[in-house]
Amino acid sequence: MTTAAPTLTSRKTTRPAPWGRWALKSAAFSYLAVLLVIPLIVIFRDGLSEGVGGLWQAISLPIAWSALKLTLWTSAVMAVINAVMGTMTAYVLVRYTFPGKSVLNAIVDLPLAIPTLVTGVMLVLLYGPQSLIGGWFQDQFGWGIIFARPGIVLALLFINYPFVVRAVQPVLENFERDAEEAAATLGACSLTIFWRVTLPALWLPIASGALLSFARAIGEFGSIVIVSGNLPLRTQTAAVYLLGEVESANRQGASAMSIVMLSLAFGLVLFVDWLRQRGQQEPAP
Amino acid sequence: MSALPPDSAKARGAAARPGRISGPFDIWRRRLMVGIVILYAAVLIVAPIVGLLAGALADGVGAIVSALSQPDVLAAFKLTVYIALVTVAIHGVFGTILAWVLVRYRFRGRWLVNGLIDLPFAVSPVVVGYMLLLLFGRSGMLAPLLDVFHIKVAFAVPGMILATLFVTLPFLPREVIPVLSAFGLEQEQAAATLGASGWQTFWRVTFPALRWGFIYGIILVFARALGEFGAVLVIGGGIQGRTETVTLFIFRALDERQYVGAYSSALALGLLSLLLVVGTDLLRKRVKRE
Repeated sequence: MTTAAPTLTSRKTTRPAPWGRWALKSAAFSYLAVLLVIPLIVIFRDGLSEGVGGLWQAISLPIAWSALKLTLWTSAVMAVINAVMGTMTAYVLVRYTFPGKSVLNAIVDLPLAIPTLVTGVMLVLLYGPQSLIGGWFQDQFGWGIIFARPGIVLALLFINYPFVVRAVQPVLENFERDAEEAAATLGACSLTIFWRVTLPALWLPIASGALLSFARAIGEFGSIVIVSGNLPLRTQTAAVYLLGEVESANRQGASAMSIVMLSLAFGLVLFVDWLRQRGQQEPAP
Repeated sequence: MSALPPDSAKARGAAARPGRISGPFDIWRRRLMVGIVILYAAVLIVAPIVGLLAGALADGVGAIVSALSQPDVLAAFKLTVYIALVTVAIHGVFGTILAWVLVRYRFRGRWLVNGLIDLPFAVSPVVVGYMLLLLFGRSGMLAPLLDVFHIKVAFAVPGMILATLFVTLPFLPREVIPVLSAFGLEQEQAAATLGASGWQTFWRVTFPALRWGFIYGIILVFARALGEFGAVLVIGGGIQGRTETVTLFIFRALDERQYVGAYSSALALGLLSLLLVVGTDLLRKRVKRE
């Protein structure tokens, strides 16, 4: 979290005048209230109007439950793969020199600049049943990538690629290599050094990057609605189920699913915040 | 990296470790890791982009041009840009004020406000649209009030702007806040000592220092607004010719099997936001270096 230097806030020298300060503050707060706080309060009030029991009932319907389970499962698979490959990408980018390194560094950020719906279209074009690659997989192994679970994981991986990389990269850049060198002098092999010395210093950025991507994946919609095929009980994720409930004006089901998704995402984001603050207070041993 | 002496071992890419000679095993491990990462990025990120290019170009450039000049596609692009511009204007003003208030003022609950800014990153776009429906929809909480004044928000452009505002809220403050807190107060105080008014100080001293953070934040908001889909689908309804943005058009075109239109629009939209973001980033880095 960003913090301002507290000593610099002197009340005398900063302008604007008191009324201006008051006007700016109230503008900022009402902006946040109108855009964020009021809508969030409304949805929680609506979803909990029937009590927690009503919410539980709406969520435990088989279709809702399987959508939620699928979302959590695919997001978890994505988070694990993303943690491994993201760490490896960051390691390669920081420690090695190779042709095309700056291109790879730029590619990492591309998913942030591409609308997720377009990501979905791209993946269908490349790996869909009518494409060369997707068709080949279908013939050889009898399972499809797109309109099936692998497609969901693939879309989530695409969208979340930058998060672990960009969390690990700065930490690895600032990582003092004395410990690694000491371990090497003591005769540890490079794999041992990585597992025993480097990785323990990186677990915080890896975990926070992976958890943040997990939180984002829970709500992902644009790419998944294109890629997943949306079969209830099989390939329908929570966000797509929610869209169905909203469109069929099933207010209870929609509010219940919204609250579950919001709570999961907020809980994860707060947890990551807490992890980071704790990590700042006591630097890794 | 700064801890390392700039020696030839580093230039060769081997991890320089005093007391150890990087043997053939290390070199092969390095090649293997670089290879795996490049392969991963190629299969996951690059190949789909190339796939879209190939898919859209399959029928030639002429087909793309004629698909993009269909009246409903043009209308969709116009509406998308309009919504994005309004979003940018509102966030440009209020997002900067919010960043200013957070950096320069102390008040109770500051940590809460700081945390609130990041929430939209974690909220599903479908939930955003649904929240707005609960407020502004036909049986929404504000429906009686809206009826009195004959304002239409749900299934109309104002609702889509609100949805886009929600989704893009974090980008500008998150770019401006670090620059503003790094800038400090000395120069502003100097300007004030020389007799500049608060307003003059902001425009002549503070804003020029914020400029690149501000511009990059604005571009991120704009690009994200161009590509928003789930939230505007739920609150706007995707009514053809009235609330259909480019993403909603692509969605409908795929459904109706108008593949040329869908792929061409997806390519145009993807390229537009890609060029905007990457271009601004490169420009910013170049200016910083100079």
